[in-house]
Amino acid sequence: MSDVQMSACPACLAAPAAKDAAQARDVHKASIVLSLPAIHCAACISGVERALLRQPGVRAARVNLTLKRAQVEAGVDINAQDLADALTQIGYEAYELDAGALAATQTDRAGRAILTRIAVSGFAMMNVMLLSVAVWSGATDATRDMFHWISAAIAVPAIAYAAQPFFISAWTALRNRRLNMDVPISLAIILAAGMSIYETSWSGSHVYFDAALSLTFFLLAGRYLDYRTRSIARSAAEELAALEVPRATLADGTILPIGELTTDHIVRVVPGARVPVDGIVTEGASELDRALLTGETLPVEAAIGTLVSAGEVNLTGPLLVQVTAAGEDSSLHLLADLVAMAETSRNRYTSLADRAARIYAPLVHLLALFAFTGWVIATGDVRHALNVAVAVLIITCPCALGLAVPAVTTAASGRLFRAGMLIKSSTALERLAEVDTVVFDKTGTLTEGRPQPSNWDDITPEVRAIVMAMAAGSAHPLSASLYGAAQKSNCVPADISEVVEVPGQGIEAQWNGQRLRLGRAAWLGADSLAQTATYLQIGTAPVIAFTFVDHLRDGAEQAVKALVAQGKDVVLLSGDAPAAVADIAARVGIDAWEAECLPMGKAQRVKDLSRSGHKVLMVGDGLNDTAALAAAHVSISPASALEATRVVSDIVLLGNSLAPIGVSTKVAVSATRRIKENFAIAAGYNMIAIPIALAGFATPLAAALAMSASSITVSLNALRLRGSK
Amino acid sequence: MNVLVFLIPISLLLGGIGLAAFFWSIKSRQFDDPQGDAERILTTDYDDHPRED
Repeated sequence: MSDVQMSACPACLAAPAAKDAAQARDVHKASIVLSLPAIHCAACISGVERALLRQPGVRAARVNLTLKRAQVEAGVDINAQDLADALTQIGYEAYELDAGALAATQTDRAGRAILTRIAVSGFAMMNVMLLSVAVWSGATDATRDMFHWISAAIAVPAIAYAAQPFFISAWTALRNRRLNMDVPISLAIILAAGMSIYETSWSGSHVYFDAALSLTFFLLAGRYLDYRTRSIARSAAEELAALEVPRATLADGTILPIGELTTDHIVRVVPGARVPVDGIVTEGASELDRALLTGETLPVEAAIGTLVSAGEVNLTGPLLVQVTAAGEDSSLHLLADLVAMAETSRNRYTSLADRAARIYAPLVHLLALFAFTGWVIATGDVRHALNVAVAVLIITCPCALGLAVPAVTTAASGRLFRAGMLIKSSTALERLAEVDTVVFDKTGTLTEGRPQPSNWDDITPEVRAIVMAMAAGSAHPLSASLYGAAQKSNCVPADISEVVEVPGQGIEAQWNGQRLRLGRAAWLGADSLAQTATYLQIGTAPVIAFTFVDHLRDGAEQAVKALVAQGKDVVLLSGDAPAAVADIAARVGIDAWEAECLPMGKAQRVKDLSRSGHKVLMVGDGLNDTAALAAAHVSISPASALEATRVVSDIVLLGNSLAPIGVSTKVAVSATRRIKENFAIAAGYNMIAIPIALAGFATPLAAALAMSASSITVSLNALRLRGSK
Repeated sequence: MNVLVFLIPISLLLGGIGLAAFFWSIKSRQFDDPQGDAERILTTDYDDHPRED
């Protein structure tokens, strides 16, 4: 990476020497958080910090390179957007983040707590292990007893502090009359420590303080890996959410957070902005893009009295909207109940680790009990029998199992994160590995929701020049697309005058004494086609139609091809018109498609597929996909999706390309195979060790060796995933 | 074997110092931005005069 840094960061090269290094102090109370996706080097850090400190009103600024964020302490009158703009201007791409949505990650208490516990158990383990080496190599009598007592003095408080997470989790499980992995773990740790104290007080030769501690240490390491994977995913997901600062502009120009809007307010929606609330249009005329809500690519006309919903994009003219429902009550949250219902079915999925624990936990306890009763009956020596039972519990303790899953998921999610995928749910990888059917949404998922002229080649150069001139001044996506196409074919705009944009209808202009009109079919008095199109009339000549097709998202074909090659059924479900859906299906190579699906219909289709035994992966971005995403076995959404949709999906695509989907299913399959291999390795160790323990031959040294060896093999096996292609 | 009377407390003390140092490093947020700290050491901003806190 270091060899590309120079060219990738022009601003760093341009950054002046640190002559003017401002006197900064640490950020105590960050009021503004900025996202800096492009920073990566030492010069970026000081460049950004210096630029921020130069801004008036900024008291302190600190960049966090790991999170690619800057925390700024500034006066209340400082606008975060201005700071972001200032940084973007000098070459550091910056976006404002909603500080409130990030509050949870700022003090990473849970992670620090686990680290402290690891440190305590590691310290205790090393010291006790040193003392144990002396015992193993032949210390006897009073010396051995003294070493045992010192070990006890170190181990008991260390276990009482460090192993708390296991005790708490086991207790919760037992109270709910369930068994999880933490029950045998806790039992083994407590019994080993208790038995060892008892043995020490009677000058016994076998104590297991070192085993109890190394068990705690290895398992905590597994917990920490697991926690880190999840916290990286969570913080990235939070950042996506925090990028959308929820604000609305009122009719009088004041800006309010959406949460404070009431039904008395009238909101101004400028062209190009997303409608923030549900409401009724009270002033203005425009067109609305409803693709995110319904999947339709054809813009809908909006005039006074039109009902609009949050999430629609205003295209041409400014609108004033009387609020009817905001925030929690708006239609964005309408599907929440539907999603909650579908979610419960997914929560029924039991992870591989839990399934293993369900077989494993009772088996271990029965074995220990069997060893105890067997030895009591055979020899009548309760103390020796208890010793053997504890040895069985320690040796079978799922140390390797506790590491098996987190080590693999950490390696796999790390790999997918670098490929541009964010795994949000801890069982998503396992579920992704089982998928045999993939359902795609069209608008915004397979396509970018960005129209491209499809009949540009049939247009005469003269008309091209006219259209280019007319489209130049408009922000409407169809105009922008026409202008782009004209630029690409090296057109020179025609000389037109008196250009007027008629909101909600189109553009009018004069050319050579003739009236030009570019816009909706109804406005021109023409019949509209079945697909997305805009129409041009020159004077009184016949209307010329420009038809559009949606631009395919990067990597869409690749992803579909990879999935088909892996033997999966690929289905396209869209809310759009049949002609448009058929066209896209043919272009990416999907045979099975359905058009004009209602949101409920999509969810129903996914449920039907699941009922007939298929494991469905749903890929979608719109609000109309939300229910289907929740109903599917596992779901993926692009980063451009609405927040409500991203919340529901298990995996979020961070980049623009769909190509990682094809890779992800492969990685998921090999990750699941690795997890199963790890279980097999752990079981193999047990198969050798259990007979020895049952026969009463297990010594503390053997227990320590078996435990470390199995933990290390399992971790190494998981790491193979990082490098494998 | 009398030497153990000194050696064991000394070894525990040394280990304890290491543990305390680790606690301090966690508490003073030295694990919050590992990548940034690795890069910051390369900047020349405060070479001539230390940063005033």
